[in-house]
This record gives sequence, C-alpha cells and structure tokens, in this order.
Amino acid sequence: MVDVTPHGADLIPPAEVAEVELYHPHSWWTKYVFSQDAKVIAIQYAGTALAIGFVALVLSWLMRLKLAFPEAFAFITPEAYYQFMTIHGMIMVIYLLTAVFLGGFGNYLIPLMVGARDMVFPYVNMLSYWIYLFAVLVLVASFFAPGGPTGAGWTLYPPQAITSGTPGGQDWGIILMLVSLILFIIGFTMGGLNYVVTVLQGRTRGMTLMRLPLTVWGIFTATVMALLAFPALFVACVMMLFDRIVGTSFFMPAIVEMGQLSTTSGGSPILFQHLFWFFGHPEVYIVALPAFGIVSDLISTHARKNIFGYRMMVWAIVGIGALSFVVWAHHMYVSGMHPYFGFFFATTTLIIAVPTALKVYNWILTLWRGDIHLTIPMLFALAFIVTFVNGGLTGLFLGNVVVDVPLSDTMFVVAHFHMVMGVAPILVVFGAIYHWYPKITGRMLNEAMGRFHFWVTFVGAYLIFFPMHYIGLVGVPRRYPELGDTAFVPASVQTLNEFITIAALTVGFAQLVFLFNLFWSLRNGRQAGDNPWRATTLEWQTAGTPPPHGNFAKELPVVYRWAYDYSVPGAPEDFIPQNDPGPVTQGDRA
Amino acid sequence: MAIALVLVLIVVGSVLFHVLSPWWWTPIASNWGYIDSTLVITFWITGAVFTAVVLFMAYCVYRFRHKEGARAHYEPESRKLESWLTAITAVGVAAMLAPGLFVWSQFISVPKDATEVEVVAQQWQWSYRLPGADGKLGTSNARLVSPDNPLGVNPEDPNGQDDVVVEAADLHLPVDKPVKVLLRSLDVLHDFYVPEFRAKMDMVPGTVTYFWFTPTRTGTFEVLCAELCGVGHAFMRGAVLVDTEQDYTTWLQQQSTFAQLSAPAKVGALAEPAGTAAKAE
Repeated sequence: MVDVTPHGADLIPPAEVAEVELYHPHSWWTKYVFSQDAKVIAIQYAGTALAIGFVALVLSWLMRLKLAFPEAFAFITPEAYYQFMTIHGMIMVIYLLTAVFLGGFGNYLIPLMVGARDMVFPYVNMLSYWIYLFAVLVLVASFFAPGGPTGAGWTLYPPQAITSGTPGGQDWGIILMLVSLILFIIGFTMGGLNYVVTVLQGRTRGMTLMRLPLTVWGIFTATVMALLAFPALFVACVMMLFDRIVGTSFFMPAIVEMGQLSTTSGGSPILFQHLFWFFGHPEVYIVALPAFGIVSDLISTHARKNIFGYRMMVWAIVGIGALSFVVWAHHMYVSGMHPYFGFFFATTTLIIAVPTALKVYNWILTLWRGDIHLTIPMLFALAFIVTFVNGGLTGLFLGNVVVDVPLSDTMFVVAHFHMVMGVAPILVVFGAIYHWYPKITGRMLNEAMGRFHFWVTFVGAYLIFFPMHYIGLVGVPRRYPELGDTAFVPASVQTLNEFITIAALTVGFAQLVFLFNLFWSLRNGRQAGDNPWRATTLEWQTAGTPPPHGNFAKELPVVYRWAYDYSVPGAPEDFIPQNDPGPVTQGDRA
Repeated sequence: MAIALVLVLIVVGSVLFHVLSPWWWTPIASNWGYIDSTLVITFWITGAVFTAVVLFMAYCVYRFRHKEGARAHYEPESRKLESWLTAITAVGVAAMLAPGLFVWSQFISVPKDATEVEVVAQQWQWSYRLPGADGKLGTSNARLVSPDNPLGVNPEDPNGQDDVVVEAADLHLPVDKPVKVLLRSLDVLHDFYVPEFRAKMDMVPGTVTYFWFTPTRTGTFEVLCAELCGVGHAFMRGAVLVDTEQDYTTWLQQQSTFAQLSAPAKVGALAEPAGTAAKAE
C-alpha cells in the first residue's frame, strides 16, 4: 500500500479522471428513473423503503387498536390480525430496515465517504433497485390476491405457514411472500456485491481501511454478513415453495390436518427454523451494525470530539459480525431442538454482549469532555443509546437459556425486539436523515418540526415498549389478537394495553409531521451550504451540494488523516477534513 | 438541556415503574423457583447497568453541552480504560451466565422417578395420555389417527392397551410428584404453556419433545398455546388440575383406557378399569 504522508503528498500523481470514463446520463429517464448514479439509486431505495414502511406503520395501528379495544374493533378478525402482524414484521425487518440502511445509506454514503465517483458496478446497482421494487410490489400484491396475504407470522414456521388453518396458507398469500423474499435476496445480492467491492477497491488515495469512517465500516460489515446470511433464507424459501406447490416434504412430516392424513412424510419443521435463524440472527446485526456505524459518526461530529477508541470500535464491529453467526439457535431454546445446544448458544450469546457493551461505553466516553451541540441528529443519537441499551439488556434475559424459558413467546419478547431492533435503529435512521438531508437536497430540514418529531417519537416509543415488557412478565403470550378471560392476567393489563395503543397512535401521528417536513423543506428549508455541520468526512468536501454525478470535482480527493480530527489542539478550526494535508495528528495511526 | 432532564426522568420512571407497578409474574406452582431467582439476578445486574449508563449520559450532556468558546478534549483512545471496562463487563456477564447454565442443566436432567404424561396438540385443542398400569406409554404415529383412535396410538403395541386417553378434556396431576411431559403434535407447531409452571416447550409434528417439572401446589391452571398455530391460536385453551393424591386417584378411575375406547363392547372382558391399574402402580 502506498504510504501517504503529508510530506509525500506532492509525489502522488493527480487523481484526474477523464470525462469519458463517466457515463453521464443523457435523458431525463436515465438521469432520474433508470439512473446508474448511486445517489439517485439511494434515494429510490430509501423512498420506496419509507413508503412501504408507512404501510407497516398503519398495520401496527390496526393491531394496537384490536389489542386495546377488541370489541370495538371486532371487524379485525383473527385472520386479519395475523395477516397485519406478518406483513408488518416482514416489512419492518426486510423491506424497510435492511433496504434503507444498505440500499439507502449504503448507496449514498459509501462512494462519497470512500472518495469514489460511484459504485464499481453501476448497472448492476440499478438492477438491484428495480428488483427490490418488484419484490415490494409482489408483497403488496398479496393484499389483493384471493385469501389475502399470509398470516403465518414473519418467521413463516412450517407446517402452519402452508396449511389451511393459517390465512394464505393454501391460497396465494404464502406463495407471493416467498417469491417476494426470493426476489429481494436476488436484488440485494446485486447491491451487496457492489458495496463490498466498492469499499475494498474503490477507495481514493490515502483512504486506508483504518481511516474509513465507522459508518462505512458498519455498512461494509453488515453487507458481508448479509451476503453470507441471506442464502440460508433463500434456500429455506425455495424449499418451502416446493413443499407448498409441488408437495415435496422438506419441512413437512406426516401430519393429520382437519382429520385428513397428509401425503407428506419425513420432513423436519425444525430444519426450517435452523435455516431461518441462521439468516435471522445475523439479520439483527445487519440492521444494527450500520446503525452502530452511523451513530458513531453522528455523536463524534455533533460532540465535536473524535470517536473514543476508534480501533476498538472497528474490531467490535467485525467481532460482533463474526460472532453473530454462531448464536442463531438462541431463538430456538424451546423449539424442541437437542437441549445441549442450549449451553453452547447461551454462552456465545452472552459473549457477544461484551463487544456490544464496549461500543456503548465508547459512545458515552465520546460525549465525556466533548463540546456537545444538541442538534436534532445528536438528540436522535442520544435516544438511540437509551433505547439500544434498554433493548440490549433485556436481550441478556432472553439469551440466558433458562431465563428465556418462561419469557419466550410472551409479550416480553415483543417488547425486547421492538426496542432493540425496531425503535433503536429507526431512531438512527431519523438522526441520519436529519444529518445528511442537507447534503442530499442542499437544504436543512425544518428545526421546529424536527424537534417535535424527535420528542414525540423518543418519549412515545419508550412509553410504548418499556411497559410492554411487564405484560410479558405477567405471562401474556405474543401473537394473541385478544386475550379473552384468562385467570392469571389481571384486568389492569387491559388498561395498560389501552395506554400503549394511545401512545402508539401519537407516535404514528408524529411520523406524518416528519413526512411533511421531508417535502416542505425541499423548497422552504434553509440553504445548507457544502458543510453545515463542519464535519471532517469526504461527503461534506464535495464541490457543490447536492453532489453532481461523479461526486467530486475533476480531481478525486486525497486522504491524509482519519475521519475524526475534531478539536485538535492548536488547529485553527475545531475540525480538520480528511483531505486536509495539515500536520499529522495523534489519532491517525494508519 | 431538556434532554438531560428527560434522561434522568427515564431512569427514575423506569425504576419506579418496576418497583410500583402491579404487573409481575403469576405466583409459581412448580419446582422452578430457580428460574425466577436467575431472572431476579438478571434484573438487578441489568437494572444497575441501565441506570449507570443513562445517568452518566445525562451528566455528560449537562456538563459538556456547547458553550461559546469551549473546545472538546482531544483523546483518541485509552487502552487501559478500555481493558478495564472489558474486564468488568465480562465479570457481569459471567455472573448471569453461570447460574443460568447451572439451572439449565437441572432443567434438562429428568429425575428417574418422574412419571411420564403425554400431551397431544392439534388445531386447536389439547388431549392427554397417561401410561396406565405398566407405567409405559405405547408407541404412536400420526398415520394411525382415526375417529376411533384420535391420538394415533399403535394398536399393535401391548404397552399402549392400558394407556389412559383423555381427549379434549382437562389434565389432572398429583401434587409433589415429578412429571416428565412428553409433547406431541398431530398437525403444526404448538407450545404447551402453563405460566405458573414456568416451563414450556414447543410440540413439533413428527417428533416427541419433553420437559419436566414438579407441581408444588394444588389448583386449576390455565393451559395456553405459546407457538403460533393458525387462526385459532389464541383460543386454544385447556386446564391442568393439580390434585391431592386422593382426588387424583378418584379422577383417574373415571377415565377410559385405549383398549376400552377402541373396543367398547369388550370392556369387561379384556381390560381392567384405569383406576385399578393406577392403584396397582
């Protein structure tokens, strides 16, 4: 690797790229619709993800209304409830969070942050989005298919996912769901290969791996994980599709359904669970690692302080990514798998808490002796830490095999995973949108609407999910559209359910304000300039905002330092951009 | 500054909610008090960490909020501090994991004197089978299910003839006797869940799963299904009655064996009533 030092800078040949290398779009269609520019693809990805995310939000309202007021909402039948529940979960985990972090932020930020003109395979990158859009449309189509969407729960456990006692099991619902997932994985693989190769091969001069912003490390590691994890889901989907359509028995033993003996024989329902969670647990970190990376950069920038323990943060991301492949069966402690698995998976699961805790320590140590600007991105970052710590700690209950036994399949689990991989990453998505919107559009988001959105979302989400743990502790199972009369459940639980529903509707309303702000500020927002947050990373050093196709001016930037030179003693400003050839600082060990 | 105050309020509010709210687990009715104890240890450790982390954050936000002319401290890393934090975290994690694994090893070691009871689930009802006089359950197979043989007991297996079959009714168990619960499903996944017993396990068609426990107090306990099993999932209810030895024997005498159910005409000739069988045991 070329040793880049300030003194050697003038030996480096100018990083000029002839115009001819860039495939500039020539028509409106190729510029805005079938665009190969990663920034446009990013906006398409994020826009689609947010749009389908709003569908999931509405579905959650309907579920909450049913849970709080079962009689008034009697028209929401158990069938409908299970369909809402399944599609809500599937959208949130796959079509919103995975897509927005990797397809959205990955596409926008990777080329800009590593100093590349675009992704290395722009055409494949474009295909990735269109296949993703097709997958979303197939998912939506299941609402209009005979029998409606599948109601098998987002985990799609066979045999019930493909039997007649489940909505969509013997209709179109499950088929469209599986086809949509298969399409999503094909589309994601195209994008994912791009992100990985661009980070490895597309970095500008001087951008060593240990100078990458943590955002890139998070997205990069998550993408590598996704490329390894999604194939397990792909295989499971294909096999289940065969079981459903051609009558194979991959996951189907001989069963007696409604008095009829099935023609299937010898398949293993638990095999599906292993395949599903071999994907499903890394998936949690596929969502979490980009959030970890982004939040590190938000905290550092807005506290005007280098991220504390950068190298430890990088190794923690990589370590968590690797460990997350050997913890999957902690979702299966009561599945009937061999009980000795419990020892192994409980141990690995609790070990993963150590690097995760270190990341939390380093975030708050970054705040220590900082110069904290309480901007909206910073507020969302702080809220992320609170909800992530809360959700992570309840994970220690569920990961510790024997403690999981009474809590598994109760509302405690629902509260836990919403806090840790629903609320926490979404707060980061919001923080990131407030942070990078000025670069994407050239204008700041409206501050008053933003603060309203923040307070209602953060406090409201905490009020929804913190008390929900206690409903689970009482013993209330998850996936019950109504509880009916149950002796061990006190009547006050219903009151708490009503409170949670009101909080959920309020938080939902605040998202409409956010949506309005996104459009309103496009025209009316304050002009942002190139670097409104006075940040060090390369995306803020572009010539022009929003950056043009090709991202940088005629010359690509050359990187001389790590991404966190904030408040360097003696420096004239409280930040030194990565492409500033000034003196070497203590933080850069590259 | 509001954020620092709200962070403090979140900590105080969460702790108060935990202490004062009426929502807590239902009184235990099995030997698994260890599980409850491990859960309480976990609450203490995680509660302390949550309080410390969020209060420290609140302090930082208050103390180091932006002031005109202020500048952040420049300190890229501190190996020493990071090593200490790693070590302390590892100790805390071990303090939760060790009791957890210890109790798990008990959870999966069925005592030799445990009586076997079979629970059979199907959409959306619970049935049961008790081993009868020989103390052995006959083999079974979903392929053998018919209107006369709702649980698919193998009619060729002599061990199965005296099995007591309780179809779509309540299960009774004698108090203070360890039970190994064998779990079977005829159609999809289910999960035999009695909150007071703390233990639960999925039932998987095509295989037999199990857990064990000892009922420690008499009473009627509701059975729920804890694994999504289709549209009737929330309505798949039943009851387990933990009886004194005497009440249990009385109940058992009223039940029918597999032989009686499959050949009702020959009751007197071939099979003894279930109650005498249980007494002989």
